[in-house]
Amino acid sequence: MISVTGARKTYGDFVALDGVSLDIPAGSLTALLGPSGSGKSTLLRAIAGLEGLDHGRVGIGGTDVTGIPPQKRGIGFVFQHYAAFKHMTVRDNVAFGLTIRKRPKAEIARKVDDLLEIVGLDGFQHRYPAQLSGGQRQRMALARALAVDPEVLLLDEPFGALDAKVRADLRQWLRRLHDEVHVTTVLVTHDQEEALEVADRIAVLNKGAIEQVGDPVSLYDRPANDFVMSFLGSVARLGGQLVRPHDIALHRDRERAQQLDARVGGGPGVLEASVERVVRLGFEVRVDLRADTGERFAAQLTRAEADALSLEPGDTVFAHTVAPTNPAEAEPALAI
Amino acid sequence: MRTSTPARLGLRTVALAYLFVLVAVPIVLILWRTFEPGLGTFVDSVRTPAAISALNLSLLIVAIVVPLNVVFGVATALALVRGRFPGKGVLQAVVDLPFAVSPIVVGVSLILLWGAGGWFGGVESLGFQVIFGLPGMVIATLFVTLPFVVREVEPVLHEIGTEQEQAASTLGASSWQTFWRITLPAIRWGLTYGVVLTIARALGEFGAVIMVSSGFPGVSQTLTLLVHSRYIDDHNTYGAYAAATLLMGLAVATLLGMTLLDRKRSTR
Repeated sequence: MISVTGARKTYGDFVALDGVSLDIPAGSLTALLGPSGSGKSTLLRAIAGLEGLDHGRVGIGGTDVTGIPPQKRGIGFVFQHYAAFKHMTVRDNVAFGLTIRKRPKAEIARKVDDLLEIVGLDGFQHRYPAQLSGGQRQRMALARALAVDPEVLLLDEPFGALDAKVRADLRQWLRRLHDEVHVTTVLVTHDQEEALEVADRIAVLNKGAIEQVGDPVSLYDRPANDFVMSFLGSVARLGGQLVRPHDIALHRDRERAQQLDARVGGGPGVLEASVERVVRLGFEVRVDLRADTGERFAAQLTRAEADALSLEPGDTVFAHTVAPTNPAEAEPALAI
Repeated sequence: MRTSTPARLGLRTVALAYLFVLVAVPIVLILWRTFEPGLGTFVDSVRTPAAISALNLSLLIVAIVVPLNVVFGVATALALVRGRFPGKGVLQAVVDLPFAVSPIVVGVSLILLWGAGGWFGGVESLGFQVIFGLPGMVIATLFVTLPFVVREVEPVLHEIGTEQEQAASTLGASSWQTFWRITLPAIRWGLTYGVVLTIARALGEFGAVIMVSSGFPGVSQTLTLLVHSRYIDDHNTYGAYAAATLLMGLAVATLLGMTLLDRKRSTR
């Protein structure tokens, strides 16, 4: 388990971490999620010892490692841009930590081959990083980090430099790998989808502070504030309230809309809006709308719903929410 | 940008003619004059005791200067790229100073500093002769070759960044291990090029060295000084051509040697 207490770090006038405290349970896969400049990478690098803290303490596995250099923290670190040792073969890259530890040659060879098989790079032993694709390089970097049997695995935007398809594949692969290896993992990302898909716990950071910590479902359903709600999943602003686009229903008939809205209650009421654009995104349909108040928002419908309404730009519809998702109305968020 | 065919051909002709007249013609002329009387004459001319001594002295200076420049050049480049300290801008400028200052000025200032009556002139009375001795020539050569390793290694250090080194440290490598296993292999191309330039410049240095050398044939003449004294003092023009050709041969051999070495290493 990892525990960070009162971590503070400034760069000149910029406050990167403003008194952050966070406990990460052993064996979990936790995502540090936030926009750029939120301090998530600084927090990860502080856990690794690559960045010193102005104040605060870091503990790994019950030991206080605050003053201990990264070499002795028992960590594995994966960088966004792979940090592959370019002059070494894949085998030598993965073996690096073991070579430094002067393990017997036979043991190193066996372990490296095992790891390369796990990450799907068997047969690539003698290639150089320049001969690998981005995804392969990152898997090599993961194998290299895992080779030293780290107590915690720290991933800094590991899929940030990859294209969308490879990224999605690697995400699922990482999740499966974690289920097999069970090493305590911390993943830094600015991609909410990635956090929701991979992590079993998410800490949302903003401006150097933690906004909320919890499992993906409770964060999505019961965000502690507007920031968490708008950062985790998409939102629309309807009559001054933040709502999920898929929680907006559209009707041709005003009375029907009012009846249904009264049944839910607590929403911003029924808004008259005109359709500006209908975008078909595969199974989903996004409808861009403009309320008679001038407010613009988007509703997300299923294809069947959209087909039933047969919307065209210029049509007038009546919108209301089907679930009160504004944090103010929601149950209290999970305590930090 | 597209240029018309005649313009392109014209530009090429001018560029080639420029190179030809300024670089190729003088070199070819010297080679031709050297080998015109036959290979035997050339060999005889570069096997005189004075020539052999000059060759040895030039190589000795290179052998002392290159390791010093490698160690201090890499250290300086690391400080300039990675370090954060006051006066970094001044250090940057100081490193470039040898490019700007004429070598002859360097020679004069070294005499002022180390010669009899200079600030450090006292070492001479202790029996350690700097000016008109080997140390003076080494210091002069160090001064003029100082920027090469620094300026070749610096951009490579910038380019590789610190991530590989950080990765090595998270994998348990100490700073020393990281330097030898990660940093040094990563900068080896820049370092190699810096060394080649250092060797070439050290062999070819004339202005600074002539000021601080006693210039005795067979004792304190480098190859460049030999070329000069044969031509000016001895009116032995052929001997000067031959020594010049030897000097050029060494420089070309350095270049070839380094290229082959690196090719071998990178295809390993």
